[in-house]
Amino acid sequence: MSEHSTYTPGSGLEKWLDERLPIIRFSKEHLMDFPTPKNLNYWWTFGAILVMCLGIQIVTGVILAMHYTPNIGMAFDSVEHIRRDVNGGRMIQSFHAVGASMFFAAVYIHIFRGMYFGSYKAPREILWILGVLIFVLMMATAFMGYVLPWGQMSGWAATVITNIFAAIPVIGTPLLELLRGGFSVGNPTLNRFFSLHYLLPFVIAAVVALHIWALHVPGNNNPIGVDVKDSRDTLPFHPYYTMKDAFGMVLFLIPFVWFAFFAPDILGHPDNYIQFDSQVTPAHIVPEWYFLPFYAILRAIDFNLLFINSKLLGVMFFIGSIVILFLLPWLDTAKVRSGSFRPMFKWFYWLFVINFIGLTYLGAQPAEGIYVLLSKVCTAYYFIHFVVILPVVSCIEKPRPLPTSISESVLAKSHA
Amino acid sequence: MFNTKNILAALAILAGVSVTQAAGEVVHVEKQNWSFAGIFGTYDQNQLQRGFQVFREVCSSCHGARLIAFRTLAKEGGPSFSEAQIKALAAEYEVNDFAVEGGSRPAVAADMWPSPFPSEQDARDANGGALPPDFSVLAKARGVHDAFPFWMFNYFTGYSEGGPDYIYALLNGYEEEAPVHFDLPEGKYYNHVFPGNAIGMAPPLSDGQITYIVAEGEDAVPETLEQYSTDVAAYMMWMAEPHLASRKQTGFVVLLFLVLFAGLMYGTKRKIWAGIEH
Repeated sequence: MSEHSTYTPGSGLEKWLDERLPIIRFSKEHLMDFPTPKNLNYWWTFGAILVMCLGIQIVTGVILAMHYTPNIGMAFDSVEHIRRDVNGGRMIQSFHAVGASMFFAAVYIHIFRGMYFGSYKAPREILWILGVLIFVLMMATAFMGYVLPWGQMSGWAATVITNIFAAIPVIGTPLLELLRGGFSVGNPTLNRFFSLHYLLPFVIAAVVALHIWALHVPGNNNPIGVDVKDSRDTLPFHPYYTMKDAFGMVLFLIPFVWFAFFAPDILGHPDNYIQFDSQVTPAHIVPEWYFLPFYAILRAIDFNLLFINSKLLGVMFFIGSIVILFLLPWLDTAKVRSGSFRPMFKWFYWLFVINFIGLTYLGAQPAEGIYVLLSKVCTAYYFIHFVVILPVVSCIEKPRPLPTSISESVLAKSHA
Repeated sequence: MFNTKNILAALAILAGVSVTQAAGEVVHVEKQNWSFAGIFGTYDQNQLQRGFQVFREVCSSCHGARLIAFRTLAKEGGPSFSEAQIKALAAEYEVNDFAVEGGSRPAVAADMWPSPFPSEQDARDANGGALPPDFSVLAKARGVHDAFPFWMFNYFTGYSEGGPDYIYALLNGYEEEAPVHFDLPEGKYYNHVFPGNAIGMAPPLSDGQITYIVAEGEDAVPETLEQYSTDVAAYMMWMAEPHLASRKQTGFVVLLFLVLFAGLMYGTKRKIWAGIEH
C-alpha cells in the first residue's frame, strides 16, 4: 500500500542521504503518509499506547538496573534503597512496577479488540501470530521481573512456575535445573532472571517492529472489517492518527499515574514486602493479576488422564491455552471479519470475555470448594470456544449484510 | 485425580472451614481515619513523633528497622526532628563497626537503626522461637481482605492503608481469655486478628504505659492503648513509605496537568478531524 512515495528530497543533503539510506523516505511513507482507514475507533489507539508502555518500561528499567543489585542477600534491600535514597527512585520504581500492570491491561484490550473485529483473519494471520508471540514474551519478561525484588511472592512464584517445567517428560528435570541454575531457587536463578529480564524487552521491541511491518503490508483492519477500496476510505496517518493516538496515550496515562502516585502497591501483594524465605510458604501463592486466567487453567487440571498425570496435563492445558491463540485464524473460518455483522459470534464473543474475567477471578481464589469446580467449567469453556464454538458458528451463522465500502458506512452513520 | 491425597485434602477443608475462618481471612478489620490517606494525605508530624516514642520505648526492644537511617528521622514530611536531636539520639546507640577499635562505636546520623539482637538466632532464642519481624517495610507487608465487591472500590479510592489498619487492629485484638474450644499453645497469646490467633508477642501496649512528651502549647494526648497503637501504626507507615507526602503532592500536580492536557489534546484532535466524516 505504500509503493507510491510522495517524498521528494528537499535539499542536496536529503537527496544524498536518500540515495544511500532512504530513512526519511521510509519515515514519511510509514509514519506520515501511510493510508489508514478513516473509521478506526478509539480501541485502535491501543497499538500506540502499547508502544508507549514498552518505551516507559525500557527507560525506567534501564535506570533501575543502574541501582539494583541481583544478589539474594541484597536484592530486596536494593529495591528499598531505590525507593528511599535514589533521586526520583520512588517514582521510577513505581512507574516500572505499575507500568507492567498497565502494559498488560493495554495488551488485553488490544487482543480482545482484535478478536472482536476479526483482525486475525486473512491477510493478517502473520500479524496476529507475531502479536501472540509478543504476548508470550511479555509474560516471560514480566514473570522474571516480578522475581527481581526478591520478596516472598517473587521467590515463590519463581519456585512454582519453574516447577511447571519439571512435569515435561524426560527433559523436565534437567530443564528445571537449567532454569534455576541449581536444585532450588537461589542466587543463580536471580542472576539469570535479571539477565533475561534485561534482554527480552529488546527482543520484544524487535518483534514489535516485525508486527508493525506485518501491519503495514495489508494495512489496518477497521471496525466494519471491509477492505479499503480506494483513497476515499483512508486518511494519511499523520496528522489524523498521530493526533488521535497521542490523545489516547494521554488519556491512558491518567489511570497510569493514578496508580503510580496514589496506590503504587494496590496491584501487587503485601507479601512481596517480606524478603523471600524458602523455609516459609505464604498462605496463598498468587501471581500478578495478569497471569491469573492462565494460572486458573493450570490449577484447574487436578485429575489424571490415561497415562498422563495431573501435573503434566495441567501444563499441557496451560501451554495449550496460549498455543490455541496462534491457531485462531484457522479456527474461525467465517469470511466476515467484524463481530458487528455477526449476530451469533457477537454473543459468544461476550460470553468468552465474561468467561475470561471469571478465570481471572478464580485464579486469585484458593483452590478449594466450589472454586475448583468453577475453574474446571471455565477452563473447559475457554477451549470449547476455540475448538467447537468458533468453527461451528462460522459454518451456521448468517452474517448481516456488509456495507460496500468504508466511506459508504461512514456516510450512512453520519446521516443517520 | 481422586487419589487419597485429594480426598484427605477435601476432608481437611471440610473439617477446617471453621479453622480457616478463624485464620484471619474473614476477620473484619475496622478501617481507621489516617491523615495520610487519600490524594491530599500527609503525615501528622506530632503523631509521627509520638509513634516514634512508642517504637523507641517499646517495640524497638525486640523489633529492628534495618532500612531506616537516623538521618531520615530529620527529613521533611516525616517526624522532622532537628539535626541536633538526631545527632543526640544516634549517639545513644552503639553500632558495630569493624574499622574501629573494639568493633563498635556510638552511632551517627548516617547509621542505620541498630538491630536489637546480634543475630536471627539470638532473636528467636529471646522470643520463644518466634522471630520479631523487622519494622522497615512491615506496614506495607500487611493488609486487610475486603469482601467482594468492596475491594473493587479500593482501586478508585486508592486505598493503601491496609497495613496500618491491620496493625491497629492487631494491637487492639488481644483477648485475656482464649475461647473455650481454642487450644492455645504454651507461651502464646490469643489475638482475634492475628492469622491462626496464637501470637508469640505478649500484648505490647497498655493504657498509661508511655508518658508522651507534650510540647509547650500543645494539648495533652490521651495515653491509651488506642492512641498508642494509632500513633505507632502511623509511624510504621512512615518508615515503610517515607516519601508518601511528596509523592502524593507531585501526583496531584501530574494528574491535574494530564487532565488539562488531555482536554487540549481532545480540542486539537477535534479541530484536525473537523470536516472529515468518520
